[in-house]
Amino acid sequence: MRLSGRNLRCVRGGREVFSALDFSVSSGEALTVLGPNGSGKTSLLRLIAGLLVPADGAIALNGGEAELSVSEQAHYLGHRDALKPALSVLENLSFWRDFLGGEMQDARQCLAAVALDHATDLPAAYLSAGQRRRLSIARLLAVRRPVWLLDEPTSALDAAGQELFVGLMRQHLGRGGIIIAATHLPLGIEAGELRMRGPA
Amino acid sequence: MTLIDLANPTRFLALTARILPWLAGATAILLAIGLYQSAMAPDDYQQGATVKIMFIHVPNAWLSMFVWGVMSVAALGTLVWRHPLADVAAKAAAPIGAAFTFLALVTGSLWGRPMWGTYWEWDARLTSVLILFLMYLGLMALWRAVEDPSRAARAAAILTLVGAINIPIIKFSVDWWNTLHQPASVIRMGGSTLDKAFLWPLLVMAVAFSLLFVTLHLAAMRNEILRRRVRSLQMMQASRIAFSSEVGTGSREEKASKTIGAA
Amino acid sequence: MSALAALIRRDIRIALRVGGGALIGVLFFLTVTVLMPFAVGPDLALLSRLGPAILWLGALLASLLTLDRLFTADHDDGSLDLVVMSRTPLELACAAKALAHWLAAGLPLIIATPALGLLLNLDGTATLAVALTLLAGTPALTFTGMIGAALAVTLHRGGLLLAVLVLPLSIPVLIFGVAASQAAISGPLSFGTPFSILCALSLVSFVLGPFAAAASLRHGLD
Repeated sequence: MRLSGRNLRCVRGGREVFSALDFSVSSGEALTVLGPNGSGKTSLLRLIAGLLVPADGAIALNGGEAELSVSEQAHYLGHRDALKPALSVLENLSFWRDFLGGEMQDARQCLAAVALDHATDLPAAYLSAGQRRRLSIARLLAVRRPVWLLDEPTSALDAAGQELFVGLMRQHLGRGGIIIAATHLPLGIEAGELRMRGPA
Repeated sequence: MTLIDLANPTRFLALTARILPWLAGATAILLAIGLYQSAMAPDDYQQGATVKIMFIHVPNAWLSMFVWGVMSVAALGTLVWRHPLADVAAKAAAPIGAAFTFLALVTGSLWGRPMWGTYWEWDARLTSVLILFLMYLGLMALWRAVEDPSRAARAAAILTLVGAINIPIIKFSVDWWNTLHQPASVIRMGGSTLDKAFLWPLLVMAVAFSLLFVTLHLAAMRNEILRRRVRSLQMMQASRIAFSSEVGTGSREEKASKTIGAA
Repeated sequence: MSALAALIRRDIRIALRVGGGALIGVLFFLTVTVLMPFAVGPDLALLSRLGPAILWLGALLASLLTLDRLFTADHDDGSLDLVVMSRTPLELACAAKALAHWLAAGLPLIIATPALGLLLNLDGTATLAVALTLLAGTPALTFTGMIGAALAVTLHRGGLLLAVLVLPLSIPVLIFGVAASQAAISGPLSFGTPFSILCALSLVSFVLGPFAAAASLRHGLD
């Protein structure tokens, strides 16, 4: 499997964020997107996720399921947690598992993998920022998708949480997954680097 | 026994656990007596048997306003004295007050049916009670809209006091609006002077319903205190997990224990 | 299919839990209806003549004003991104959200109608006619109002702007809803004609609403 983008150009609000950008990641590889604030790291991830339309160029996933688009085979972990405070931890995760569909895992096991299994019935409103992040990471495990798009995935996590997440990313790569992560901090796994130039 | 002793929720729970059975018993006995007396009361020469709705209607109507009074005092307790139980008292009283108001509306409309020929007439008194009912519901919606009780408490207290000041103004406006449109064509309910045969059952029922309110209110306050304890226990559980998960990651015990040592 | 069922279940759950807005719509409906007699006077004959119109206006405002957060809530917490990315077509997801909203906020309005009919001196037939027309017409309000709710995501604001955008779209529903109820109460038209048109409007909105909302959401993301 190989995820690649060719000659990508992104325009937001009439301003060109980046242009002539190429990248390519194969199965089992990770790519970190580096660069100063405003250099378009998040825009690139959202472009791959299909949430933004490129002004130029194309993104392709070779060797994936042919009838599905790239975004349908990807997980996106953004700044916002996509959690509902009124629902319990388990309800939040079960909803995303059922809604996203595909190859599913047991929700409780996924919560155990991110060390939230004692909190299953608590409302998500009671969770701390780090715990909320763990719960959204559990979403990546609940439904299997080959591509993980991660935007500052470790920002709210404590040392133990980061370590746990490194283990999960290794597992994903070991199964032939692909990771693209925008980050300021070292991810803790071997990864290629894509440096974004700052705003022109 | 002073207000200070009651400020401690634990002591409040212990005390009310002892009092509640007696209160409930007294309420049941008084209600039974009141209902029996009401049933035995003679029919009115004008209204017939329908006059007996009064024995239910009047206590409910009186309580519908009394409960708002209780909530206003509790609101002062929240805003001025910051009494820890004040908000619990106000929040627990609102649904009970709304229920009494609703019963006053229903019984009033049933009483009006034979006199007006319709279930609802925009009579000044009934209309005021209807608005009071809406205000109760709005207050309950406010408590429901905010998840954190301490944040909801002040907003609800302010709204309760504003309501308490506004209720007489609303009542006056409704009276004025009503007389403007229909000059005294409605038969006033309970307008005639009360005979002793009616007065006694009414008084007993009023006391019985007041006791019913106190019983229900104390029970609801206990529930609210317990509900808040469950909430804080859950929040403690959530933060405990954050700590234990540092130990529980397992794969690298050395590093984990170092983290805890540093902390 | 199970994805849509999960979405409907989640939205109804959130609406009914603490902080959810399901019952506020009914309370609003009740309050607006109670205010009317203060404006037009307590004359029962007049009120029963105006009753269907008052109830329809109340239901219209209640069902549109509660739509405000239909998509913005999901947009603010990032859920909308995942819904757009998912394998479920966005049009179907929009339809499911609108259906959930109607079940949680629209249906209670219809259940409350008989009590309000009593206040406005409507007799049994009239109340039944209004409830029936609301049952047929409020889905159209929700599904066209959804377009405005989706635009609110693009425009980063809701509230009054949403009302201004959507209220003109709901005029046909109001016309035929009130016409059908009046026909059932006093004639001279037959109840069937306006009622069929009302149902047709609902059916059209089932198709138009989700497509327009989905298109607006796709362009509105950034």
